Amino acid sequence: MTTVATVAAPPTLFVGTRKGAWILSADDGRGRWSVDGPHFLGHVVQHAVLDPRDGRTLLLAMRTGHLGPTVMRSTDAGRTWTEASRPPAFRTGDRLERSLRAVFWLTPGHADEPGAWYAGGSPQGLFRTEDGGDTWAPVDGWNDHPEWETWSEYPEENTPDGSMLHSVLVDPRDAAHLYLGLSGGGVFESTDAGGDWAPLNAGCRADFFPDPFPEFGHDPHTVRLHPLRPDRLYQQNHCGIYRMERPEGRWERIGDNMPAEVGDIGFPVELHPRDPDTAWVFPMDGTDVWPRTSPDGRPAAYVTRDAGQTWERQDQGLPETAWFTVKRQAMTTDGSDPVGVYFGTTSGELWASVDEGTSWSPILEHLPEIYSVECGSLADA
Amino acid sequence: MDVRIPTPLRSYTGDRPHVEADGETVADLLADLDRQFPGLRFRVVDEQGRLRPHMKVFVGEDAVRDLATPIPPETEVTLMQALSGGC
Repeated sequence: MTTVATVAAPPTLFVGTRKGAWILSADDGRGRWSVDGPHFLGHVVQHAVLDPRDGRTLLLAMRTGHLGPTVMRSTDAGRTWTEASRPPAFRTGDRLERSLRAVFWLTPGHADEPGAWYAGGSPQGLFRTEDGGDTWAPVDGWNDHPEWETWSEYPEENTPDGSMLHSVLVDPRDAAHLYLGLSGGGVFESTDAGGDWAPLNAGCRADFFPDPFPEFGHDPHTVRLHPLRPDRLYQQNHCGIYRMERPEGRWERIGDNMPAEVGDIGFPVELHPRDPDTAWVFPMDGTDVWPRTSPDGRPAAYVTRDAGQTWERQDQGLPETAWFTVKRQAMTTDGSDPVGVYFGTTSGELWASVDEGTSWSPILEHLPEIYSVECGSLADA
Repeated sequence: MDVRIPTPLRSYTGDRPHVEADGETVADLLADLDRQFPGLRFRVVDEQGRLRPHMKVFVGEDAVRDLATPIPPETEVTLMQALSGGC
């Protein structure tokens, strides 16, 4: 998330899984964690995000078996929940007769817009609330953009778990300046609060097209904007790790500096809240049929402390051999010093490092498949 | 009329397996259910008015997918969730 810069109290982790949500609260030393959950056992919780503006509002992006998508809200750290009275949805009578299958992504809005959030969906719709997640409306400038059908995967969906809209980023200097990512479709930018959009993919490869440098059609897995240096973006893409410096607007493949035997394919990229030169990735095997497990079955995070010029392997404490995947929303950082780094696995393990990735410890095992791990600081913690 | 509620929807009906609702058609009935139990309709029908996949509505013994289907008086309506592959 782009929302951890002010976290000072012991961190709280919000874990979304295929079968519910869990909330973990740390002690001061981040060595012991209290576990609260499951919340909504049996429901798909794709994303669980605390509002950094009030430290109270917690939203869950839910997909509930056959019951379709919704958003659940809590303002008391998950003790009580209410469902959005108008969940994200396309407009009735939509020109393409689209219906939302899943709420995939949640992003709190700008600090000057309390109560505003964005939600990304599958199909690749964008939705906004201005009342803390109770009522949602389509962002028509995106969903009804004349190029939407061209940019989006619709109606054909080539992404294995369905197409999705993710990585909604809000420029902390300007609430009208937005980015989003499409898997697949690419990165897009708006400078008018979502009224109009343009592709932002120059320099980024898309090896699955005859022309590997198209204007759009790429597959960003995660895009991050550094809150203290909003002109810097990082991207973990299907085709490598990239950094962009605005306003130039060209992606530089910093993953070329990763060890060749590891490669630069993965799902998440996570940022240091105070150092725009530091970022973590969790590489996966993107060869052959794309197993998406750690290269050679040897899990490790990699960190750069010089904006991608060099990378350091971080595997102390991790199993020597394992075959899990770390999904795009399943890695995060806290605001402590030293920074805590956390990730969850498809095999249901939650790992923590309280020394910026140097060493790792498991903090919870035997969860369902972990889809997302986010960090926040509860106001009453 | 009596409406049978499947377990996944009972969080909306206060755990009641049967509720009373009115409507001359399935669409009317779902609208009345939503008035009584806000949010329930959107779990059964998507924003384009289509029954969600795997969601079934029986008017008496007949499975229907057309929300304009009339409901004869004194007919029980059953909302069901079809079983599908485990995950």
